[in-house]
Amino acid sequence: MRFAIATIAAAVLALAVPAVAEISGDVVKLGVLNDMSSLYADISGPGSVEAARMAIADFGGVVNGKKIELISADHQNKPDVGSAIANQWFDNDGVDAIVDVPTSSVALAVQQIARTKGKVFLISGAASSDLTGKACSPTSVHWTYDTVALANGTGSAVVKAGGDTWFFLTADYAFGHALERDTAKVVEANGGKVLGKVRAPLNTSDFSSFLLQAQASKAKIIGLANAGGDTINSIKQAGEFGVVEGGQKLAGLLVFITDIHSLGLPAAHGLQLTEAFYWDQNDQTRAWSKRFFDKMKRQPSMVQAGVYGAVTHYLSAIKATGSDDGLTVVKQMKDTPVNDFMTKNGKIREDGRLVRDMYLFEVKAPSESKGAWDYYKQIAVIPGEEAFKLPGPNECPLVKG
Amino acid sequence: MFEFSHLSIPPAPALFAQLLVGLINGAFYAMLSLGLAVIFGLLNIINFAHGAQYMLGAFCAWFLLNALGLGYWPALVLAPLIVGLVGIAIERLLLRHIYRLDPLYGLLLTFGLALIIEGVFRQQYGSSGQPYAIPPELRGGRNLGFMFLPNYRAWVIFASLAVCLATWFTIERTRLGAYLRAATENPVLVQAFGINVPRMITLTYGAGVALAALAGVMAAPIYQVSPLMGSNIIIVVFAVVVIGGMGSILGAIVSGFALGLVEGLTKVFYPEASNTVIFIIMALVLLVKPAGLFGQAR
Repeated sequence: MRFAIATIAAAVLALAVPAVAEISGDVVKLGVLNDMSSLYADISGPGSVEAARMAIADFGGVVNGKKIELISADHQNKPDVGSAIANQWFDNDGVDAIVDVPTSSVALAVQQIARTKGKVFLISGAASSDLTGKACSPTSVHWTYDTVALANGTGSAVVKAGGDTWFFLTADYAFGHALERDTAKVVEANGGKVLGKVRAPLNTSDFSSFLLQAQASKAKIIGLANAGGDTINSIKQAGEFGVVEGGQKLAGLLVFITDIHSLGLPAAHGLQLTEAFYWDQNDQTRAWSKRFFDKMKRQPSMVQAGVYGAVTHYLSAIKATGSDDGLTVVKQMKDTPVNDFMTKNGKIREDGRLVRDMYLFEVKAPSESKGAWDYYKQIAVIPGEEAFKLPGPNECPLVKG
Repeated sequence: MFEFSHLSIPPAPALFAQLLVGLINGAFYAMLSLGLAVIFGLLNIINFAHGAQYMLGAFCAWFLLNALGLGYWPALVLAPLIVGLVGIAIERLLLRHIYRLDPLYGLLLTFGLALIIEGVFRQQYGSSGQPYAIPPELRGGRNLGFMFLPNYRAWVIFASLAVCLATWFTIERTRLGAYLRAATENPVLVQAFGINVPRMITLTYGAGVALAALAGVMAAPIYQVSPLMGSNIIIVVFAVVVIGGMGSILGAIVSGFALGLVEGLTKVFYPEASNTVIFIIMALVLLVKPAGLFGQAR
């Protein structure tokens, strides 16, 4: 009897193990979930879907004989909408991995769902360092950038250049709060001081009231802890209200190339910013970006470029393990160094953070630019270890445990 | 040195600066809600395409500049005319057929139009918008002692007050306005007096749309010329119209400016609530006075 039970148990185990190392549903299905229509649509949006499509096509469209499928949806920057789509995708549509997800509040909600269901989450658009901090997940990889890297890049460069008193103009949700917190830590660690802050609702169109409060603070630096359309409007209106003439400087903590394109160089020149990628860095970035440009008629943002890299690395991990099980694939991703057109010798940390070099850029003056999209001068390379160095202890339970 | 934080009272000069900034936003609310009120009052159409028409005004100015080299001042005249003509075409081709139906159909039709127009522009120009510079004559600003007032914002307040007063005067104090008001009361009788009522209604819709486009041109140098600019503001403007009283011209103007002020103060005392405060007020007004502050029960 005992022998029979043991035999059955062994048989079940023997059946169960290959089941894990197989590809569920005979298809590898990726879902790009992002803002398709509002203030972050140019940063991620349809461009991220195109980047994922390029990655799949370059991979050959199949992995280990199984077809790779791609779907996409608009989360409208609402955590409830994003959660509903994520549940639908994982439970009914057989999605194996969700990709991109800008807007940290949505990303935090989706990460929670992906973790409980053991599914993969490849984050490119969202910035909050909490995604690999206290909310970290063993099935997530935070690919392109985060608020810590932005703080260590722009924040530290500005303080070292003498900008030692700060006032934050912060987007009032998870991302803005994280960026403000991480930057404040860097400012204070470098001997600077935070004089005040104001929190503006997401998607505000008029920033004049907040700018007046920033002017009244007499801080040397007004730190813009916001993104996309909010950053564009605050920079544009700061020009109107004579912020720079008044002796204060703006620090755009998260500025994308699409924002600069929208602002125009006359309004944006001189701005320093931290990015993971710029299309005109070397032959490889130019070659990839040209392919992207031919399809989208605009240069890729770092988020879109990151989606390509993340999807490629994910598919390679499936190829190597023969499985699409979340834990297995992400473990393989962590064990393999990342090398592609935008990342050299990147390494995914235990908490899910991809550590890669970041770059400090300055926006060119109109006279220096050769035309549309020729916007950045590279000021410095921030080595990965320095860029993603946490200001305090790592709060990720995966690391502590 | 002082620091703003929640619920602390800033010194008087700073507060005054905030009120002035609120008034500038109020100027946009007033101009947009004015057009909505004119259209609703005279056509009984809830024009949900108003935000899209405001956006069209801004884009029209941008086209005039980039395609024809025409700057801000010509655009201030041409863009409302062009977009007003588009409005007239919409009225002739579409709206005309639904006047006899429930106002809900007008709302659905114009809402659908707004989605189509915005979708086309977003597809073509992306969501982050196009730059549009402040005209050279109005660059810079002056230091008022308590704040730095950009010249362009001063111009916005001045121009929008003038537009609001002119519209109010035309409708409430001129013969043309009297015809318009009479035609809404009893179109058959007014037609019997030899006045071409359908043409008057067409022109009224065109004028309402032109007002939205004018606000769009004036907004272009402050905000980005973006496909989203209309949908960002239209919901607030509807709240303003409801608070002022649907169809009330004076109500739209007064509540537009007043709510700009309230929103400005909220940005100082509790900035997190600044995009909800107008809706809280709307809910309160509807509870106490369902026809709005200046509206008459229909």
